[in-house]
Amino acid sequence: MNNEENIKYTREKTMTINNILNSNFVNNFLSVYAIWLREFKVYLRERSRLVGSLFTPLLWLFIVGSGIGSSTTLSIDVNYQKFIFPGIISMSIIFTSVFYGAYIIWDRKFDFLKSVMVAPISRETIFIGKTLGGMTNSMIQVFMLLVIGLFIGIEYSLVSILQIMFVSVILSFLLTALGLGLGSRMHSLEGFQMIVTFVVFPLFFLSGALYPLDNLPDWLLFLTFIDPATYAVDALRNSTVGIATYSFGFDLLLLFCSAIITTLFGMLSFRKMRAV
Amino acid sequence: MITLKNLTKKFDKIVAVDSVSLDILEGEVFGLLGQNGAGKTTIIHMLATLLKPTSGTAQINGYDIIKDSSKVRKNIGIVFQAPSSDDMLTGFENLKIHSYLYGVPSELRVNRINDLLKLVGLYKRKDDIVKKYSGGMRRRLEIARGLLHKPKVIFLDEPTLGLDPNSRKSMWDYIQKLVKEEKITIILTTHYMEEADTLCDRIGFINKGKIIAIDTPQQLKLMIKSNNNNDDINTGKYVGDIIKLHFKVTGDKDIQLNNSHILTKNIEILKSFKFVKKIEQKKESENKNLVLILHVDDINHNLPIILKSVDNVESIEFSQPTLDDVFYTFTQGKIAEEPEGGFMERYAQYDKK
Repeated sequence: MNNEENIKYTREKTMTINNILNSNFVNNFLSVYAIWLREFKVYLRERSRLVGSLFTPLLWLFIVGSGIGSSTTLSIDVNYQKFIFPGIISMSIIFTSVFYGAYIIWDRKFDFLKSVMVAPISRETIFIGKTLGGMTNSMIQVFMLLVIGLFIGIEYSLVSILQIMFVSVILSFLLTALGLGLGSRMHSLEGFQMIVTFVVFPLFFLSGALYPLDNLPDWLLFLTFIDPATYAVDALRNSTVGIATYSFGFDLLLLFCSAIITTLFGMLSFRKMRAV
Repeated sequence: MITLKNLTKKFDKIVAVDSVSLDILEGEVFGLLGQNGAGKTTIIHMLATLLKPTSGTAQINGYDIIKDSSKVRKNIGIVFQAPSSDDMLTGFENLKIHSYLYGVPSELRVNRINDLLKLVGLYKRKDDIVKKYSGGMRRRLEIARGLLHKPKVIFLDEPTLGLDPNSRKSMWDYIQKLVKEEKITIILTTHYMEEADTLCDRIGFINKGKIIAIDTPQQLKLMIKSNNNNDDINTGKYVGDIIKLHFKVTGDKDIQLNNSHILTKNIEILKSFKFVKKIEQKKESENKNLVLILHVDDINHNLPIILKSVDNVESIEFSQPTLDDVFYTFTQGKIAEEPEGGFMERYAQYDKK
């Protein structure tokens, strides 16, 4: 191969690489990445938010966990603090994810979102990028809580860690999508408070994070059925302290289904959302 | 480059934009002026595909804003009224994220970002987070962001709102540099008439969602001058070229008599000119100066003639209508170009009561 051919070959090769790099698929991927990157960088730079969001679960774990734990004996052979540990992981995911999603009400009040919505990308792309951003925020907290778990005597194995990660990823994706969907339908900042009262707290209290599901009255048991966080708490409890009401596979199945529903809901809401 | 066809937007029962048709040429700087709530921003939002028109449509660079909204978006850049950059990110990061969103080819990305940062004078501060930027710097960053994907058209919605005179001046310089170097079409809204006068090739006045006048700033000024009638001169509504002549006065009583003689003579000379529409005599008590106020046509040509023919002038003041006057005229209902029953008509009637 002579030199000229060589150059031609190299040029053709770079051209194909450029074509791939600039294709539609890559552009969509890059757009999702861009939105995710923005969320991630902002999250890392807002230290107060990071510290604040970690402090609440610690209060629950150490103050409520120790306080109630010292006067309650469960029917199950594990101390209360350890019992609520998976519940606190779920709580942390619930609060962070839904808040994050509902935060879009603020984004819309100010003009940042407008500048994204005027870009030649689909609403679905924005939605996926944002959901992944919220998921990442939640996962960072899950990591930190897992480390704290070591101090209260939780034992992990490689399998349990993978299980915890998997469940947390689905739950945080599901709830961020829900928060984004709800937030994109709200037009005033007061809507945020509505979401906190009527979505976040019920999700948390009905999930069985703080109590076992075994001896519940029927009406309450029914309510826990329709809370997707219930299955996450159950699955996490299964992998951290080995106690479960349902099988791990059943929990995962229901989480998956819920995630599909909230994602569709979120995408639909985003598509309908008014830009100005 | 941009064509609006009966573009209309209704919010519930309020008609924000009322069947606006308009052509904007390539490379033109077009100003949209009007009172608050006149519909300027709504038009821009529709053109930027952020709002769907109730009826009518528009084309940008040949693409329809309803059918080809994605292609329209690739062809436009927009700078919003309120700063929309992320203040927790650096200037560079803000541009980088938007270069991903607009699919700027990877091999050009960093170079283009740096070039634009240099164009708007932010290169040295590119790694500072936007929170630390001043209001003017933020605005400039937004402009750089709007230009990242080399759009054919850029919308500037009140680009100098809330900026101090220095920042405003440098913003004008950047915009003019932009027109020269990038050759793009600019649509801007503003409340500063001076800004519109400096930057715009053509101006469209909007009132209650309708375009009531489109022309160059010069023509608009001429237009309101020619719109005066005799009534206006007497009621003080006159808009036009005004000359104030101050005559020499000395304290002596005898000479004062002489002064009044001079004045009468001068008034007679002035009356003989056709272009002098009205002469008003005024005594300014403080320095006992004698003053004549003249309403004239075409001050640029006639001022030298006046100065040659009159005697004893000590000093002169003169004024020409500015775009501000044009704005008042159009928005105060003096020029009613609408058919009967339109807003302007009703407003005029209301005014009479």
